[in-house]
Amino acid sequence: MIQFNNVSKRYAGGLDALKNISFELAPAEMAFLTGHSGAGKSTLLKLITLIERPTRGQAIVNNQNLSRVTRRRIPYFRRDIGIVFQDYKLLHDRTAYDNVALPLVVAGVRDKDIGRRVRAALDKVGLLKKERAYPVMLSGGEQQRVGIARAVVNKPPILLADEPTGNLDQALSDEIMDLFHDFNQVGVTVLIATHDHRQVQRLGKHVLELKRGEMINDSSPGSVL
Amino acid sequence: MTGYLLRHLQVFFYTLGQLTRAPIASLLTIAVIAITLALPTGLYLLIENVQRISTGLDGSAKISLFLKADIDHATAEQLSERIRQILEVATVEYISPKQAMAEFKRLSGFGETLDTLAHNPLPPLLIVQPSRTLDTPQKLDDLVKRLRANGEVDLAQLDLQWVKRLHGLLQIARRGVWLLSVSLALAVVLIIGNTIRLAVLSRREEIEVIKLVGGTNAFIRRPFLYTGLLQGTAGALAAWALVSLCLSLLAGPIGAVADLYASSFRTEGLDSYGIAILAGVGALLGWLGSRIAVGRLLGSLEPR
Repeated sequence: MIQFNNVSKRYAGGLDALKNISFELAPAEMAFLTGHSGAGKSTLLKLITLIERPTRGQAIVNNQNLSRVTRRRIPYFRRDIGIVFQDYKLLHDRTAYDNVALPLVVAGVRDKDIGRRVRAALDKVGLLKKERAYPVMLSGGEQQRVGIARAVVNKPPILLADEPTGNLDQALSDEIMDLFHDFNQVGVTVLIATHDHRQVQRLGKHVLELKRGEMINDSSPGSVL
Repeated sequence: MTGYLLRHLQVFFYTLGQLTRAPIASLLTIAVIAITLALPTGLYLLIENVQRISTGLDGSAKISLFLKADIDHATAEQLSERIRQILEVATVEYISPKQAMAEFKRLSGFGETLDTLAHNPLPPLLIVQPSRTLDTPQKLDDLVKRLRANGEVDLAQLDLQWVKRLHGLLQIARRGVWLLSVSLALAVVLIIGNTIRLAVLSRREEIEVIKLVGGTNAFIRRPFLYTGLLQGTAGALAAWALVSLCLSLLAGPIGAVADLYASSFRTEGLDSYGIAILAGVGALLGWLGSRIAVGRLLGSLEPR
């Protein structure tokens, strides 16, 4: 589902954020991307979502060679990837409902279908009763669940998360990670960047570890301690 | 297709709602655009009206035909009769050298001095009043050329040089208005561009999120383009209102002056065609300004 072959990313100024990265995630696989801050986790996610482009190497996501996805095609490409952020990136002047509806609105889904699908997504994350609430009225955990509902509302085959539990306590982190696990169980390919080793060990999934832009560990579930 | 139109309609009314929700900011922008557009519009109307006045004046032009000095009284009378037959001529008045000298003595104050001259240096003169149908300098000129072609005529002079000069000046002024219009149009683009730029910057996060969840650039641009379009149109209509107000304030005094000159001249505002063009130009400039402003931000968000 996601395949990197010798991918490098060098920023202007000569900083090598990623060096010769190769890995593969099968469809419906779940994996953790770990490493210290600055190891290149965010850069890797940005390459997958085409926020940035690789300097070298080949990346294939959802059967599409990223170097062949033109500017014009990027929005349509992104509609097949759900993204969850550490800082949630919710729009504060809109209700939970409207935040979750956003990916459907931009894709031109009809109004009556939007209502049904938004409520299904909010129900899945357990926030159906808070659809009229604005983000400021919600706790951090609730905000992140709105973010997750938004990421999955158009049923993307790939779900990415960048430190989704970075701002949450342990109990909430467990809840959020279990949500990701649930989506993985129904066939979604999930890649989560985190430095929360507790979660990595608790769920025992494929681990990709980065250090200073290099892949120093690519271990399948069986080999994780 | 209907879905596409429906979405545009939604964005249109959403934008309209946004503008009315921040009335002060919207009104300020619209007022600045109105004043900017009112300036060339007002000048254009001024020129059009002066043009109409001067067209009316062409009818009162007179042509002076100075005959050759050796033309005698009888020949001059014959010529004057021939000219009177020309269709485009209303009246012809013959002034003999003697009459001219008498008048000159009376008006110049050189009375005694002129008596010392050995002979009368003044030529016979015919004053031709063209008919009212000759309402352009061009037609008058043609008549003057025809009269000049007579062998007896030494010099034909149209006492309308100043009208021609006025027309010339109006041509210059008209070109000036064009140049001014272009630079003020640029100003409108910048004003709206800057307004939209601020709106875009204040919604930068929202735009980034929309892009991340798969919103196309067209989707992001749409509300801003409508904002620019609506502000430009509203500014143009306000400019028309402003110019109309100025004209109605001037109409009274101008009418009074025109009555003194027994003229039926009245100021004229923009016709519906002119209003449509003004509104269209406002809309176009607003759209262009916001398009440039949003385009810059969207360009900076493309992957590198």
